[in-house]
Amino acid sequence: MSTTLFLIQLLNGVQLGLLLFLISAGLTLVFGVMGFINLAHGVQYMIGAYLLVAFYSVTGHFMAAMLLAMLAALVIGLLLETFIFRHLYDRDHLDQVLVTFGIIIFLNQLVKVIWGATPLTLDPPEFLSGSFQLVEGLMYPTYRVAIIIAGLAIALLLWLLVTRTKLGMLVRAGSTNAEMVSALGVNIHRLFMIVFGFGAMLAGFAGALAAPIFSAEPGMGDDLLIVAFVVIIIGGIGSIRGAFIAAILVGLVDTLGRSMVTDILKLFMDASAANQIGPALASMAIYVLMAAVLFFKPTGLFPVRAAR
Amino acid sequence: MRGANLAALVIFVLLAATPWLAEFWGGSYLTSLVMKAMILGIAALSLDLLIGHAGMVSFGHAAFVGIGAYTTGIMITEGAPNLAHILPMTIAIAAAFALITGAISLRTSGVYFIMITLAFGQMVFFTMSSLSDYGGDDGLTLWERADAFGTGLFDSDTGLFYTILATLITVTLLLRRLIGSRFGRVLRAAKQNPTRVESMGYSVFAYRLTAYVIAGIIAALAGVLFANQAEFVSPATAAWQRSGDLIIMVVLGGMGLRHGALFGALAIVLLEEGLSTLTHDWRLIFGPMLVLMVLYTKGGIAGLLEKRGET
Repeated sequence: MSTTLFLIQLLNGVQLGLLLFLISAGLTLVFGVMGFINLAHGVQYMIGAYLLVAFYSVTGHFMAAMLLAMLAALVIGLLLETFIFRHLYDRDHLDQVLVTFGIIIFLNQLVKVIWGATPLTLDPPEFLSGSFQLVEGLMYPTYRVAIIIAGLAIALLLWLLVTRTKLGMLVRAGSTNAEMVSALGVNIHRLFMIVFGFGAMLAGFAGALAAPIFSAEPGMGDDLLIVAFVVIIIGGIGSIRGAFIAAILVGLVDTLGRSMVTDILKLFMDASAANQIGPALASMAIYVLMAAVLFFKPTGLFPVRAAR
Repeated sequence: MRGANLAALVIFVLLAATPWLAEFWGGSYLTSLVMKAMILGIAALSLDLLIGHAGMVSFGHAAFVGIGAYTTGIMITEGAPNLAHILPMTIAIAAAFALITGAISLRTSGVYFIMITLAFGQMVFFTMSSLSDYGGDDGLTLWERADAFGTGLFDSDTGLFYTILATLITVTLLLRRLIGSRFGRVLRAAKQNPTRVESMGYSVFAYRLTAYVIAGIIAALAGVLFANQAEFVSPATAAWQRSGDLIIMVVLGGMGLRHGALFGALAIVLLEEGLSTLTHDWRLIFGPMLVLMVLYTKGGIAGLLEKRGET
């Protein structure tokens, strides 16, 4: 493989990793702070994509639509929290899985009813269309560069928020021992709501960012949700730093795996066998990575506390 | 007789009468629907051994159903359609897979166990998608059913139907024996307090691994039946959503309660079927129903029946 192609795949990997981080950040906090398994988090990603398309067709302005989509995603997240998820924090993990599974079924179908089953496409805004010359002979779509920058900016912002503010301190304390935080006089329900709404908004933002590249379609969040779970398990539940490192790792392994595994296999087996096994092995790579990490570190790379 | 047992008896009688009932209403559509429900019931019963009794929430149980289905499909395609060969092969593959993945998964616990079983399930899913000689993503259509030890039992739908019913009853009885035995008591004790069981001299790991292998083999046998009933196998059989469906059946039916998983499987299949005749967008009803059922019922269907039976 040529160096330029490798560089492009590397950038694609980082970009996928950052999208994954935006989804995983909310997931790992909700999981870590409230001990709540939210399978519906992937649906919030899908909703973000659809909201962007919808608001864009109304306003005709990409950035305005993006802002509105984020706000709407926040509102939807808060509504779900208030009416459903709040009643599940004390329940068994299995109940949480089932309820959020029910919400996936409902919202996937609702999206189909409202917008139809065919994928909706959307062009990136005027000033972000076209390509960008990174180095001599390497062109890269501007919009993808924008995603990388936006992802890094959000990651930095989150890091500041979690490590430098009082709210962040409470969130960190909450993911270590929520009961103790509550006993010390903090309104834990309000903290839960803030964390949940924020997570939903980040997932919606990731979906909106992804819409111009992957298009919006029903069920688009389902597979990504599983990958996001892989990320937070590898990173260690409740750890933002773990989620960031694991997200980039998973993004790179997945993207580079898909473009390189078949070629590597061809080095030591015949081409037709490599062509058959390669793609499967590439799709499996991140799961193998997760199983390997759990084999050596059963609570992930950056455990916040012992698993409960 | 307790409520759940009575209900189960009624259900088994109804199931046995289905081919006869189908002549008046529903025809072959009804029998194939009920066959599907019974096969899912077998898989759900095996998952309940893990979730309900051993406290091991496996999110990759559909992989075993897929292993059974694909072993059957591939062996029929390759000209070895006799169950005398298919069954030992299925059991060997399922047991080996369960032994290896179970031993690794059991290093973790809680949520991490859920996710690592999911990871192994996904590996099976992607392996099946890559079998381009056997249909790849699109799946594999079977042109004939397996040969049931030379008897021709699977040649008719009725023969297959009663084979599935007999398997369901056998699995029910077998699991009940197993759960009531010392083995089952150790599993349940370890679910409540693994440290104490360990200090009494039992290897919790060995007991859990054994349960994982047994459940895997039973689910793979359900897969063999599934391939014969559908005459089609595809990677979708092992998708993570199918594992989720099995968990729903177990929990809604009543975790660890007698016949719970069977009630759950039948209820879900009939509910899906009933709602889809009402409206094309039946998931809009099914989703919220699932949410409400979990929020407002405890102990699932079997739990409700037990309470009725006691009063």
